[in-house]
Amino acid sequence: MLSFNLLIVVSLTYVVLLFLVAFLAERRAARGEDGWLRSPLIYTLSLSIYCTAWTFYGAVGYAARSGLEFVTIYLGPTLVMVGWWWVLRRLVRIGKSQRITSIADLISSRFGKSTQLGMIVTIMAVIATTPYIALQLQSVTLSFSVFANTEGEAWNFADLNATAIWVAFGLAVFTIVFGTRNLDANERHHGIVMAVAVEAVVKLVALLAVGIFVVWGLAGGPNAMFEQIEASDLAVWSQDGGRWATLIFLSAAAFLCLPRMFQVLVVENADERHLQVASWAFPLYLMAMSLFVLPIAVVGLNLLPESANPDLFVLTLPLSQGQNGLAIFSFLGGFSSATSMVIVSTIALATMVSNHIVVPIWLSSGGNEGAMQSGDVRRVIVISRRLSIAGILALGYLYYRLSGGGTALAAIGLVSFSGAVQVLPVLLGGIFWRGATRVGAALGLVTGLIVWGWTLFLPSLGEGAVLSSAVLQNGPWEIEWLRPQALFGIDGMDPLIHGIVWSMFLNSLMFFVGSVLSFPLPLERLQGAQFVDVFVHSTTSRAWARGTADAEDMLIMSQRILGSTQAQNVFQAAAREQGKDGYLPDVTPDFVERLERELSGSVGAATAHAMIGQLTQGANVSVEDLIAVADEAAQILEYSNQLEAKSAEQDRTARALRDANSKLTEISEQKDAFLSQISHELRTPMTSIRSFSEILRESEIHPNDRSKYAGIIHSEAVRLTRLLDDLLDLSVLENGQVELHQSSGQLSDLISRAIDASGVPQSALNIARVEADSDVTLSTDLDRLAQVFINLITNAAKYCDADEPKLKIVSRRIRGGHVVDFIDNGSGVPRAKQAMIFEKFARVSDQSTAGGAGLGLAICREIMSRLGGGITYLPGQGGAAFRVTLPAPQAIAAQ
Amino acid sequence: MSDKRTQSLFLERKGYRQRRLRDVARMLPVLGGILWTIPLMWRQQGEEAVSNATALQYIFCVWVLVIGLTAVVARLTDTESDLIEKEGGP
Repeated sequence: MLSFNLLIVVSLTYVVLLFLVAFLAERRAARGEDGWLRSPLIYTLSLSIYCTAWTFYGAVGYAARSGLEFVTIYLGPTLVMVGWWWVLRRLVRIGKSQRITSIADLISSRFGKSTQLGMIVTIMAVIATTPYIALQLQSVTLSFSVFANTEGEAWNFADLNATAIWVAFGLAVFTIVFGTRNLDANERHHGIVMAVAVEAVVKLVALLAVGIFVVWGLAGGPNAMFEQIEASDLAVWSQDGGRWATLIFLSAAAFLCLPRMFQVLVVENADERHLQVASWAFPLYLMAMSLFVLPIAVVGLNLLPESANPDLFVLTLPLSQGQNGLAIFSFLGGFSSATSMVIVSTIALATMVSNHIVVPIWLSSGGNEGAMQSGDVRRVIVISRRLSIAGILALGYLYYRLSGGGTALAAIGLVSFSGAVQVLPVLLGGIFWRGATRVGAALGLVTGLIVWGWTLFLPSLGEGAVLSSAVLQNGPWEIEWLRPQALFGIDGMDPLIHGIVWSMFLNSLMFFVGSVLSFPLPLERLQGAQFVDVFVHSTTSRAWARGTADAEDMLIMSQRILGSTQAQNVFQAAAREQGKDGYLPDVTPDFVERLERELSGSVGAATAHAMIGQLTQGANVSVEDLIAVADEAAQILEYSNQLEAKSAEQDRTARALRDANSKLTEISEQKDAFLSQISHELRTPMTSIRSFSEILRESEIHPNDRSKYAGIIHSEAVRLTRLLDDLLDLSVLENGQVELHQSSGQLSDLISRAIDASGVPQSALNIARVEADSDVTLSTDLDRLAQVFINLITNAAKYCDADEPKLKIVSRRIRGGHVVDFIDNGSGVPRAKQAMIFEKFARVSDQSTAGGAGLGLAICREIMSRLGGGITYLPGQGGAAFRVTLPAPQAIAAQ
Repeated sequence: MSDKRTQSLFLERKGYRQRRLRDVARMLPVLGGILWTIPLMWRQQGEEAVSNATALQYIFCVWVLVIGLTAVVARLTDTESDLIEKEGGP
């Protein structure tokens, strides 16, 4: 007989394998080798989380109880995929252009970035998914108990519970480890997608293997199989038309509305064209999954005792025939189905909970007013996501305990489906009907939730759990027409059809009436136009008309959410598009719009809008103005849009010219200043040299005085030489006559060398080094590079005006290259001077107390550009901060 | 001159074909839906009732047909050009 311990070992090995797959995929993606992760095949396989343990075990049970009705659950999604040209393409396009993170975000974003709607959808999704997660726990637990039973030890209730707890715990760990790495929901979870794809293959092959064994091994071929079906209890085709059609509709709708399906269909979609392949490949997968369901059910009913649970035929059939290997494989298939669904569901729900419930509450409770630190919002989100994952699994477990774990799998699944589809009217209305409003959406959703809860969810917990049998029979307080399974006195209907028909009807009705009677906000109308006409104008009209916020404030806020590296990349790219250097673009409406969308990829549309609103303070009032204009004269707006497009180019040129001009003016002013400066600098030592040499020549002097005067002359001459050396160095560098001496060495050694050579004592400047990545071997002119480092360190020592000067040297990898940041804790360089500091003769402060002639940074810049790297000023770091970008090709070659 | 005309005629025709292909793509789920509700009209009781084995074969044949058609249409349609869509109308 099969040892139960062996089963435990096999499943643990399988789990370790999944961890390994996920880990490797993450690592390859981190190296940028993620091309194959973005293939249509992986996309199609990841859709297979539609097939959960309900499919794997429940479908056979379903077929054993109700014949071919099980197939409706797969026909619905087939129709949706085949009809991708209707809805899916639109959803995916909207998801991309609006950077949608979840189905709650889509609804919230469509209806004016409404926080309340996001909360409602999130709460509905959590309630509707809970039974589904319970279903997965139940099926895994049951499958374990099958093996325990065959070993002769019948499991009691406590054993089942313990298993369920362990399974839930393991899933929570896996999901937290791989699901909360990336904050941006738009960044794909590579590890998880890969693990899900592997599980998709395992469950398909396992089910096919059992099916082939049953048809060819037990029944004796397809023809014999058909004969057996005709001889069985399930011989006759008898379907209730209403149920058949309702279930096809229900599964089609659920395929669109389930949070986890939305996650893989829309959020994790890497390329719209993948839909083209998935449109036929995924129906093929579904067909393969349901191919052998009826045969397994029929053979199971024939061969196994009547007491056997049909939900477990997939396991018990091979076991009863002594096919232990096949049974274990089939167990892994079921295990895969359950785990992949739970993982993706909890990620989708955790994103929704953190973005639409936790962050809005955190912001409104004053969390935003405390100390502003880089990445603090990010930390709140990550922690809340982790807690949500654990919380959602705990809820699933609770439902499992409450429902007693006795219900048929299909019944639980259908209740969950019908809860999820309450979003459908609002979803479709939102993307096809511009007249849909926030009020209507909220009314519809809440009505749907209440009716579904009353007619389907509460009764599903079992008689007496929440609703007593008296309430089920006679209605609450004896009000007959409120009976949960016979609303308005219409009884005799199938409870499922009854619940779905009433909830969908009342939901749509309230949505429609509410929308028609209310008037939308300006932002709602804008968003509505963008969603409904997504193919006509994928670009957006603007919501932020005047930029009153400072770019540096915005950078600081973005760093809190995105983390410093990513925020800097966004700002740098925007600045480059405007034709500017550095990290601070002009605050144009376009830029604010784009930043908001970038942020909404992490925290959802509503929160991103609110946070930007805090900075721009009321600038968006002009949305109303814009709407007024649009209402009065759409043509004028159209015309002005065209003009705007033309003038944008001119704007960019003008901006570049303006910048260049102001730079030139300042350079010329500085040059004048420098000329007087340099003559002063040259004359002072010359004067003293001349006068002291005259003294020496004239008379008899005491030997002590003589050596003193000679000393003065010498030191003045040295100063002159140094000044001339610097000038010479710079001119050689600028003319490109410099010779580079290639050598190679370690970056960390070079930094140490520079710190020593700078001769700055630890008491004058506290230097802290942070090396984020492993060391790099450099192959360049190390002496020149060291010169740059020394200059930056001595600058910090000279100019840092903090009471306890500190310098942080951070070396790390950014987008394929290496950078070294020098960040001190002084007051930094004022915004107005930032553009000038790398120019010759430039000085931040006017006084010459520090003793330099303003050539150091200019030399640094020349050196770095000769070496093929760069040096820039990094704003928003809380002090003066310089970023040295190391020469790229050498750094990579050294890897 | 005539060259130009032929070229523009060719482009028109290509755009026209693409639009009709999209119509086919939109009709496929309707076709599938209808074919899969046909079994509801079959005889469900008595001696002549249709067997589940037949129904099973029918449903899976329709499935194969729909998948095949979708694969062909998906291969032929050109998702790149939104232009055709924007112009609207046949």
